[in-house]
Amino acid sequence: MTVAEAPVDREVDALEATPEFEAAAERQESRRGFLMALPAYAYLVLFFAVPLVIVVVYSFATRNRFGGTDLSGWNLDSYAKLGEPIVRDILFRSVWLALITTVICLVIAYPFAYFLATRSPAIRNVMLVFVMIPFWTNFLVRNYAWRVILGNDGPLTRTTEAIGLGEQELLFSQTAVVLGLVYGFLPFMILPLYAAIERIDHGLLEASRDLYANGYQSFRRVLLPLSMPGVIAGSILVFVPSLGAYVTPEILGGAKTTLLGSYIVTQFLTARNWPLGASLSFVLMAIMLVTTIIYFRKGGRTL
Amino acid sequence: MSSEEQVIAGDSQTPTAAVTITGITKRFGDVVAVDNIDLEIADGEFFAMLGPSGCGKTTTLRMIAGLDFPTEGSLKIFGDEVGTLPPNKRPVNTVFQNYALFPHLNVIDNVAFGLRMQGISRTTARAQAAELIELVQLTGLETRKPSQMSGGQQQRVALARALVNHPKVLLLDEPLGALDLKLRQEMQGELKKLQKELGISFVFVTHDQEEALTMSDRIAVMDEGKLLQVATPEEIYEHPANRFVADFIGQTNLLDGTVENNDTVCLANGARVSAASSFAAGEKVAVSLRPERARIQKRGAASDGAAVDGVVESMTYLGNARVYNIKLDWMDLEVREENRPGATLHAPGAEVTISWDATAVSVVAD
Repeated sequence: MTVAEAPVDREVDALEATPEFEAAAERQESRRGFLMALPAYAYLVLFFAVPLVIVVVYSFATRNRFGGTDLSGWNLDSYAKLGEPIVRDILFRSVWLALITTVICLVIAYPFAYFLATRSPAIRNVMLVFVMIPFWTNFLVRNYAWRVILGNDGPLTRTTEAIGLGEQELLFSQTAVVLGLVYGFLPFMILPLYAAIERIDHGLLEASRDLYANGYQSFRRVLLPLSMPGVIAGSILVFVPSLGAYVTPEILGGAKTTLLGSYIVTQFLTARNWPLGASLSFVLMAIMLVTTIIYFRKGGRTL
Repeated sequence: MSSEEQVIAGDSQTPTAAVTITGITKRFGDVVAVDNIDLEIADGEFFAMLGPSGCGKTTTLRMIAGLDFPTEGSLKIFGDEVGTLPPNKRPVNTVFQNYALFPHLNVIDNVAFGLRMQGISRTTARAQAAELIELVQLTGLETRKPSQMSGGQQQRVALARALVNHPKVLLLDEPLGALDLKLRQEMQGELKKLQKELGISFVFVTHDQEEALTMSDRIAVMDEGKLLQVATPEEIYEHPANRFVADFIGQTNLLDGTVENNDTVCLANGARVSAASSFAAGEKVAVSLRPERARIQKRGAASDGAAVDGVVESMTYLGNARVYNIKLDWMDLEVREENRPGATLHAPGAEVTISWDATAVSVVAD
């Protein structure tokens, strides 16, 4: 048997082996599945696809003198504005901070997820609960808590002063924003990583060691490639919300560190330039879409 | 005589032992997985470690591989102490129970893995891997992923992946356990042949006594972390060291009794049967009577050697043989009779006499 005519995987193999009446039963099952998914489809079309189209339409519209939007005279003016230094800087800064946040989350979460995945089930569950506990408190409240911690007279500055490092003012800086984002989104990195690593047969790591891999090679050549779906999923889950983050930069960032999320809100509510806000939103979604497609491509290959 | 003496004596005390295990104990918390064993595996030997699950055979193998470290004792590979060396620093490779093939690599990269980790260039490693793939008859499947292969093919990949590194000792952890019977028998022959060709020692862990008997030069029988007997298949089958070994290797009937003298044992029902042994008089023993060594005859027919009376309870037809379940007053017996033309059939309920030659049984410590 040549490679070309070989079954691609076991599932295909199983399908080929299925007699005709069973295949018919499967088709019927898939029709029933579609019916069951219908409410979700309807919801998505109504509350996601339609608003998305509205956003796209507005991004080509014109802002009139009174802060309203004329749905006529379609043009690309608002997209041209994206090239202006102020907008461009915000765009780059947002992508950069989201990237840093993702990398820091990855570096912190990976060893933790590995540790978690190699514990006994009882310990795992307890530790997973600890990972989730922050979600029980409102996101806004948690961000304000950081404001207290990092603030002028907060525990952090007091500690640095006490040990002679002087007054370390972190609040209203990019560092504070990244800190807040990492804190907020770390669980989104830990959970997919844990799920991916937990699935990996520990025997594969032993096999690699038996085949002369040292600890690092075993990680690099076996553990990392096999946990790649988790790495990519976690990275997307952290990168995407970090890129569009609004609450954390608003509360912990200063005026000098405006990010995309805040800028879009300003366009809609203060500057009343809906077309620019819409085009920015659309670009943001496009970036997220591209990263997600990369994820599915990569994930599909390694899974 | 005791089983321990036999263990220490061993059979082949060659000067270049591939693996020398001295006083090794492995504890996991309070559990003693391997209990103070001594073992010497000769170079070029097909060595089986046999026992029920949890007997410590796999732990012993893992200690040789370096995947577990002994709590106490010394472990040498070709004279070098390897006690706590990590697996990548040992001249041994393993074929794992579920093969543990890397799912993200295709066949050739799986096989080339060990060479690549040793710093050999990709081209050279792949060329050498291709040779091994040919050896295990998988040429043409180099670009397949493990998930696209059958169990038997995966098994061959695992074998090639280990052998490509020219290990001094190949360790195999139940390598045939996941295969169906026919394929298993085929692979048994191939493994044996391969081992002869390569001339290195294969250390083979199995719970299948038949597999151990067919393939090995020597067998170590383990139970509850202890080494019970190390000997050739024939020696183990003919002269089991104790009750457990007799019962575990092949089928047997164990008739409890007391030694009367060098060639007589008094059975539990008071019958005296001749059975040669070197136990002291008065010692509690069991007479191990293999089903195929017992003769079944109609009650009353003259019989030589030792005999007991019983009643046929049931018969199982196996095609090439019939197995009778015989009810004695104090125990049940299994008797196997080859399906030869003219063999007398014994219906359930028939009164029969079971007899055997004094030399056909072995007497084992209780």
